[in-house]
This record gives sequence, C-alpha cells and structure tokens, in this order.
Amino acid sequence: MIVTLTLNGEERSATVAGWESLLTVLRDNLALPGSKNACEQGECGSCSVILDGENVNSCLVMIGDCEAAAITTVEGIAVEGELHPIQEAILEEGGVQCGFCTPGFVVTAAHLFAGDPRPNEAAIREAFSGNICRCTGYGALLRAFDALAEDGS
Amino acid sequence: MTTKERVADRIGESTTRPDGVAKLTGNFAYGSDLWMDGMLFGATVRSPYAHARLLKLDITPAVLMSGVRAVLTQDDVPGVPGFGQVEQDQPVLCDGTARYWGEPVAIVAADDAETARAAVAAIVVEWEPLTPVTDMDAASAVGEVFRDMVIRRGDADAAGSVVIEAEYETAIQDQAPLGPEAGLAIPDGDGGLDLYVTSQWVHIDHAQIIASLDLEPDDVRCHPVGIGGAFGAREDISLHIHVAMLALRTGRPVRMVYDRTESFAGHVKRHPARMRYRHEADDDGRLVKVTVDLVLDGGAYAHTSAAVLANAAFFTVGPYNCDNVFVDASVSRTNNPPAGAMRGFGAVQVCFAYESQMDLLAKELGIHPLEVRRRNALAPGDPMATSGQIVEGSLPTLRVMQELETIPMPDASIPDDPSLLPGGTGLTTRKQDVVRGVGYALGLKNLAFSEAFDDFSEVRLVLTPAGLEIHTAAIEVGQGLVTICQQIARSVLGIERIAWVPADTSQIGSAGSTSASRQTQMTGGAVYEAAVGLRTQILERYDGDELTNDGVYRAGELVASLAEITGEQWVRYRHPPTEEPDEFGQGNPHAGFVVAAHRAVVDVDPELGLVRVVQVDTVQDVGKALNPQAIVGQLEGGIAQGVGFAIMEELILKDGVILNPTFTDYLIPTLLDVPDVRSRVIEEPAHWGPFGAKGIGESPTISSTPAVVAAIRAATGKPLTRVPVRPQDIVGV
Repeated sequence: MIVTLTLNGEERSATVAGWESLLTVLRDNLALPGSKNACEQGECGSCSVILDGENVNSCLVMIGDCEAAAITTVEGIAVEGELHPIQEAILEEGGVQCGFCTPGFVVTAAHLFAGDPRPNEAAIREAFSGNICRCTGYGALLRAFDALAEDGS
Repeated sequence: MTTKERVADRIGESTTRPDGVAKLTGNFAYGSDLWMDGMLFGATVRSPYAHARLLKLDITPAVLMSGVRAVLTQDDVPGVPGFGQVEQDQPVLCDGTARYWGEPVAIVAADDAETARAAVAAIVVEWEPLTPVTDMDAASAVGEVFRDMVIRRGDADAAGSVVIEAEYETAIQDQAPLGPEAGLAIPDGDGGLDLYVTSQWVHIDHAQIIASLDLEPDDVRCHPVGIGGAFGAREDISLHIHVAMLALRTGRPVRMVYDRTESFAGHVKRHPARMRYRHEADDDGRLVKVTVDLVLDGGAYAHTSAAVLANAAFFTVGPYNCDNVFVDASVSRTNNPPAGAMRGFGAVQVCFAYESQMDLLAKELGIHPLEVRRRNALAPGDPMATSGQIVEGSLPTLRVMQELETIPMPDASIPDDPSLLPGGTGLTTRKQDVVRGVGYALGLKNLAFSEAFDDFSEVRLVLTPAGLEIHTAAIEVGQGLVTICQQIARSVLGIERIAWVPADTSQIGSAGSTSASRQTQMTGGAVYEAAVGLRTQILERYDGDELTNDGVYRAGELVASLAEITGEQWVRYRHPPTEEPDEFGQGNPHAGFVVAAHRAVVDVDPELGLVRVVQVDTVQDVGKALNPQAIVGQLEGGIAQGVGFAIMEELILKDGVILNPTFTDYLIPTLLDVPDVRSRVIEEPAHWGPFGAKGIGESPTISSTPAVVAAIRAATGKPLTRVPVRPQDIVGV
C-alpha cells in the first residue's frame, strides 16, 4: 500500500506493507533516522514523535493507521537551521551525552511546552516518565526544562 | 595593530559539546543508523538453553529461501575458532555445545530484515538440554574458575576486640545502553573489509576479528562509529565477526542491528558476587584485620573476568588502612550469562560489602558512620591495605567526607504531595507510615589499566590552514571525551578551531579502551603531550615566544600567521608503569587512585517495602576539573545507575535463562525515580595526566549504591545484605 503523511510540514508518501511500525518506516523508508530504536517496545521513548497532536512512541504505531496523519519528528523541531529554544536549553545545560535518548526528550518537550508553557516540576517529571536516559541521570535535562518553564515563552 | 584575544573553551570551562547540535536535531549517525544501498541484513540464530548439546543444525530450509544470500555456522569460521580479549574461549558460533542462553548458533544475510528473520526461524535446530551450572560457589568449589587469587598481607594471627562478620550478595546489573549493538561490514573487493561496529576499543576488536577471519592486519579496518552509551557493554566482541563473515561470504555490505532482547543476550554483564566478610577492629574502631572470601560469577566465557576479579580483590577493603588483610578470591565458570566490564569493574560489588561492614562497625561502637571512616582513612603515603602499594599522588579521603557534611540536607519533613511518597503516583503509601533514613558510603577505584598491562594511547595532531586536527581511535561514548580533548589542545596551543578526526585501525595505533575511567587521562594526556610538542616545534621554527590563535609572536610582534603554519606531532602516551603482583597479591599493581563519598536520604514505607530516594549528595576527587558541567553529568548519571542497582536493576535468571531481557521488565530509573543530586568536587592534582585531572567515570556508580542501602537500613533496621534491595527484603516476607 501507499501511505501519505504530512511529515514535518511536508507531504510525503511511502510504499509499505502496512504492518510495519511508523518508526521503521521513518527510519528505513523515509530517510529520517533521528527517531531512535532503543527498545521498540514502547518503554524508552527514544522514538517519540508527535502524531496528530499526540506524543506517541512511533515503535508502537502501525504505519497502516497513519494515512493522512500529521507527524512531527525530531528532524522537524529546529526551524530553518536554528535550534528550537528547547534544543538550545538542553545543549546549554549539558543535557546531551550519548544522545540516543535526546530525540525523544526533544519531541516530548516540544509537545509538553506546546500544551503548557509553564509546567511545574511535578508535571515535568510526569511528562518525561516515559523517556529513559541512561547517561545523564536527568539532572541537566530537568534544569533545562525548569529554565524553559520559568521563562514561559 | 594586532590584538591577542584569549580563545574561549579552555580547560576549566563548561564548554558545550561539539556533537550536541547533531544529536539534538536527529542528525548524529549511530551504528544502528548506518545504511548503504544494496546492503544485506544480518540476523542470528541463538540457543534457547543455557546448557545444551547441539544434536542437529539443518540450514537447508533457510538456504533455499528466496532472498537469503548466506547462512553460516561455526564450520565457516576460517581462522581461530574462538574470540576473547584474554582467552579466545568463546566460539564465534556454537561449537556443538551451547554454554549460555542466547549463544549465537548460526548467522544469516538476506535482502531485507524480514527475510533474515524468517530465515532464522526456518533453520532447524535440535538440542539435548543439559543441566546448567548456575551456582558460582558450586563451580568454584570444583575448580571451574577463570582465575583465583589470594592476598596475604600481615599477620594471620592478628585479632581485634570488635568482630563484624556478614555475608553479602550482589545480583546481575546490565549496562543497558540505549543504543543497540550494531555494525556494517563493507567488503573492499580485495579479500578484506571495512567494519563499522559500536565499540569501546576498535584495536582490541581488530586483533580478535583478523584472527578469526584468518586475515592480515591490513585487510581489516575497524572504524569508530557513533555510540549510544556503553558503560562496559561494548568492550567485548558481539556481532563484529559475524557481520564480517557474512560480508566476506556474500561480497556485499551487510548490516546487523540487535533488538533489545538480543542486546541483553549479546553483551557481557556486571559480575554477580558473593562475599563473606570478617572485619576485626580495636576498641576505637581502627581496623586490625580484614578477612574476605569472595566469589564472582564469570558466566560461560572468560572475557575480562580475570581483571575484574583482581579489581574486586584489591579493592576489597576500600579507602581504609589495615595492616592485616587476607583475601581468597575466585571467578567461576558457569552457564550464566558471560560477565565482563561494567562501570566500576569489580570495585562496585566489594564496595557494597566493605561499606556495609564499616556501618556495622560504627553501629557496634556507637559512633557516627563517617567517624569510623575518618579513623581509618587511607591517605597519600599510606600502603594499600591489600597490595601494600604506597598511595602516590593525591587521595583526599578525609576531605571528601568533610565536604560532604557541608552539603545542605533536604527539608526534614516527609512531603505532603502524595506523588513524592514511596511508590509515587501509585498512591499506595500513607504519609504517616513513611520513615526517613540517611546513609553514607565511600568508594575507591584504580585509574586506568593495572597489573603490568602495557597501557597507552596514540594521538596525532595535525595543524593545517583550516585549524588543528586531533587524529585518534579513542571512542567517544557520550561522556564528553571529544570536548575535553579539544579543551586541552586549546589550552596548550591557544588555537580556536580544533577538529576531532576519528581514525580507523589502519591509520593510527591503539588509544586503549574507553573504560577504567582512563580516557581523560590517557587520550587527554596524549593530546596534552602532543600539543606541547607541536607548540615547541612551531615556536622553534619561527624563533617565536608565543603561539596564539593569530599565529606566532616574537617579542610582541606577529611573525607568522596561523593560516601559514603547518605541523604534525605524534605521541604514544603511557601512564607510570604498574607491576604484576606477587603470588600473595603484593606489589604495585595500580597507576593511581580516585576516591568519592556519597550521602543518601531515602523515604521508606516499611510495610510495603517501597523506597523513594529523596536526595543523593556526592563529593568527588577529580584532581583538576577540566569541564565542570561534564563532571556533573558523570556524577549525576553515575548516581542514577547506582540508585538503580540499589533498588531496582536486576537481571533475573532461571536455569541460566534471563527472564527479563526487555525494558518492560528490567527496570531503569526514570525521571520519577531519580533523586535530587548535589555535588561538589575536590581538586588535588593527580601525579600524572593532563593538568592533574583524574578519571571520574566510574566513581559515581561505586559508592552511591551502598549509600542508598545504608539509608534504607537506617530507616528500617533491616540487615539488607543483598543488592538490589527488593520490597520483600524490607518487608521481611
């Protein structure tokens, strides 16, 4: 089947069997490997994308269900080569180490702050409870998100 | 007029990572992102048993499938049939007996991933299950060991007035790096190949790969690739030889990427341990004698078990003085998952035991846990309790404790917000049932490789009109090595533009492993020495007295602009030599030491056995802080893994089979589980390495675990002699 998506604001289509995960199609068919394949079981959040306004694990979404969906991946967060303030804040606070979880944190943060520009710490911790980071211990990420929440823009 | 501007991002500054933007925008290429048009997809048949005889292996159904390009077994290994860093005892593919669960049996290359998976399923394998050896003590008792060693120091008849005796156990922790094992092998058309595999040390891979492929060193080039975390999991061979064999057989590029369950099966783990401890002290709590019987479970194959055992044995007393130390240590061969390197490398297991002992001693004497540690603190000039090696350089054992006590404690009241109680948003705990506890621990670790290993790192600096290039095979796993090396080079040369050029095994010699807390000192040391050499060379050439980002100055005048200066400097950097210890473990096996202290505050619901780690504070001996932000990243990240090992991370085995090889069942701390961390550093320069810096990658993971357990003990009064602490250990059912 051919599936057509609005992907990072652009219309894209791919020939697929239909049962593949959205993650697989993004990575293997649409040359967008930014979404990561750490567990492929919906536990780690490394493959987070925004699908029709919802933050989802793309490894758990079947591509056959994505016809006409609007999808934002990590590749679509920075605008015209400029880092998004979320990316800027994570970089400045040292929230990137190996970086494998980073796309998931960036996407989840974009989703969180789009809905609530000033989340409190409990809301931040809860929002990222589905994103595993094995390197940073989350301290730098939390400081980045706290700073963004304080700024509120 | 010329202005000499000081170039920023030197040592001591919290420079941002050069790979940060690529990682934040999804443009950084990891091993699992490698792609080549026309490549084949590899997949692996694995043993479902921990111990079984292979009765039948029929690959024909897979060979006959459309789209399958190769199916290989152990018979197809052209060279040395086994691999391993020390002993080549693990067959490349099953040699007729499977010795652990998930052992690779056959490999497949196919046109697409789905066909490869189908081919794996089509291969007919028949097994005769054998009884697996799963008990490390039983294996050790019958001499099934990779190494045994003793430490005999001092007077065996020495005796103390206070005796503390207990037995401790640590379970299997997995490194669980987020990036899966992945590799791409590209044949060069000339019988050789280029290999891109996630690794911590491409040169040690290379040696094992060419041996098994029966190729010459020049035939195989191992390239560094983007790494999604490592923590020891990538120090040993996983799919390297497999993907290379498939590429050579098919003449086409082949990629293999493990899924999460294969990853759990496919890399070595932290050794589980059983440790029987007897501490004897005088009435003031000064250690008189420590006697330890220590067994590690090495699993099915040797890997780095011998070195892990030595670390466990040499650090069995911790950062404390004691004149009489007697250790019997062995690492067993069993049918459990092979064990090897994980952050802390043997020092983690014994730290849990010796710190638990120090707490019991303090309790027996009625003194503060830190007081008993102060009275025994190891200092420069003292002999190591185990090896007798005199501690050289800095070791601020007393200062890390002193500083730790100045860090503010969290608000003493149990929080009202139910989501901050043990069990969190499950809301099962009542505030009035929650008990708070505080615990302390210190940890000691060796720096770089030990026991006479010829430990070095090679770096080549090349100055071109475009800037300075650092050529090295050292692997950045996320810890920030690239940033640190650039800062070191900038500080020495004053040059702003510095590029990191990952070199393959044909282009430069080994940088050693990204392990043992060694790269800041070793590759950083090589960069420092090469930069000093390059600066000297350039200044001599132009008879100058200063090199800056503008160029060379002589008496304040610019005599050569940077754009016209070229130069090259190669360095093979070594740390001070270490020695093989004698038959009683005596001698100078280590290149230096690093110490850290942790204090944990926990809230516990003793009825439900639930724990919330509220705060973990740390003071870290760093020698010199080259990048304060990167240090905090190591301290916080290491503490998260230490907290994980204290209360949740455990691979559970049944008959040698891993029951929880997924992120659903192997629990890793999330943002809801990690404590607040307050960290400080102590800067007392090391006796070697760039600017006196010490490697600190492992320390945060070593003593954070016992600090958390000590805090749970303080809250509950339970003995808790095993990690991770499970709810049933607290509840006592």
